[in-house]
Amino acid sequence: MIVTDPPASGPRTAFAPNWLARLGWIALAVYVVYAGSQLGFSAARFSTGLEHGHRFLARMFPPNFGRWELIYDGILESLQIAVIATFFGILISLPVGLLAARNLMPAWVSWPMRGIIALCRSFHPIIVAILFVKAIGFGALAGVMALIVASIGFISKLFAEAIEEISLKQVEAVRATGAGFFSILIMGVQPQVLPRFIGFATYQLDSNLRNSTMVGIVGGGGIGAALFTAYQRFDFDVVLAILIVIVSLIMVAEIVSGWARRVFQ
Amino acid sequence: MTVAAQLERDWQRFTPLKRLSRFAFYLFAAVALVISLRTIDVIPEFLYDAPDQMTDLFKRMWPPDLSYIQPTLQGLIETLHIATLGTIIAIILAVPIGLLAARNVTPNFALNLFAKFVFVTSRSINSLVWALLFVAVFGPGPLAGTLAIAFRSIGFTGKLFAEAMEEANAGSIEALTAAGASRWSTLLLGYWPQIRPAFWSIALFRWDINIRESAVLGIVGAGGVGVALDTALNLLYWDQVAVVLIAIFIVVVLAEIIVTSVRGKIL
Repeated sequence: MIVTDPPASGPRTAFAPNWLARLGWIALAVYVVYAGSQLGFSAARFSTGLEHGHRFLARMFPPNFGRWELIYDGILESLQIAVIATFFGILISLPVGLLAARNLMPAWVSWPMRGIIALCRSFHPIIVAILFVKAIGFGALAGVMALIVASIGFISKLFAEAIEEISLKQVEAVRATGAGFFSILIMGVQPQVLPRFIGFATYQLDSNLRNSTMVGIVGGGGIGAALFTAYQRFDFDVVLAILIVIVSLIMVAEIVSGWARRVFQ
Repeated sequence: MTVAAQLERDWQRFTPLKRLSRFAFYLFAAVALVISLRTIDVIPEFLYDAPDQMTDLFKRMWPPDLSYIQPTLQGLIETLHIATLGTIIAIILAVPIGLLAARNVTPNFALNLFAKFVFVTSRSINSLVWALLFVAVFGPGPLAGTLAIAFRSIGFTGKLFAEAMEEANAGSIEALTAAGASRWSTLLLGYWPQIRPAFWSIALFRWDINIRESAVLGIVGAGGVGVALDTALNLLYWDQVAVVLIAIFIVVVLAEIIVTSVRGKIL
């Protein structure tokens, strides 16, 4: 009878150290030091920064809500931008996402659509906003257009993925009854993707609301304009007041969209 | 109930309450949209020459000014450093707060709530606004940009990290606790192996987003390729703007391809 020896490496240790992983962590640490030096980080800079930060915070407190009319108008415009951009973004994303779904569409339709989606996604809304401010001038419309582009990029992509994951059995069953193309979409595809779609849409509304507070920095309307003006005038107490309003607005929006997602679950 | 009565019954997919709340949702959405469309302040005259302005814009952009590639590349490298360092700092800060937010690791409601509040604040303030604040503190430059990226990412990474912790299987944790493992060992040997794929996936996903975000931070003076973009924009050199935009597009697409393939392998 042959007795198999235990492996030559000695006794097995539970939770043996993984040297490759440790090497990886060391490499990461080396990179951090290298990148930090490339960007000119230094302890001296950091400590003077903290000193500035102290004064900066001191000027921020207490928050100044004295200009509440300005804040109110800005927030209202941001809300308008977010709602309109989400609506038209969804409206355009429905056909784009459907055409990009590879299981329902031939490749010569889906690939160009995926290209359009990739193009919409790769540019940050602020860059798109700059281009639209140049094309259609300052104001809320430029912000709306920029966020529509961002919404198309996000919703169409997830919508196409959701459609690609549906069960084709239901589609086949509807088709077997002799249904036309649009009936198949409404009776076979729509019930399967609606809950997820509402999820993306409410998430995009949150995201558009966050971004609509920013497009004002480049002239796209909304609370961002008031924020940037206050910042440039060193009215940091007004800045803090605006930030508090933005954070609370987004908290409310997240609660509402969480509620909407539960309704459509 | 007789068979006939059963056949007579009116079958409905949703309960009345559900239908009512769905109706309320649609009504709310429609009202919000109508009010917004009617009250938004839009100057329609600006729209008339929008197509002309657009063609003018693209004409000015073409051909791209190739001599601007050098500063663009330098800016891009800085952007990549900002995105990567920002992501690393964000994770270092997000992991402890994420542990506080995970209800199975920290069974303390007040601490959970505090951590969630930190996450919401971090996510609600846009990276450009974070950059403005850090430029005011640390002065213009990549340090402000890196910290802006880090603080903006805490909410996203921390929230997903906490959710991954909450989904971890309690069995192996209990086994370790029963064997007398300390709290630290439970985290390192019980939770960490379970959430490792999710962790790397979150980190890569955020890195991908951060490359996009850090490319524009230069507009408020926080370093990276956005500085080159801002300079070209302010001087109205649209052919240079085109170079920067093409460069950002290439890097973003490459990053997305890398992240998608790596995530496919680890998940």
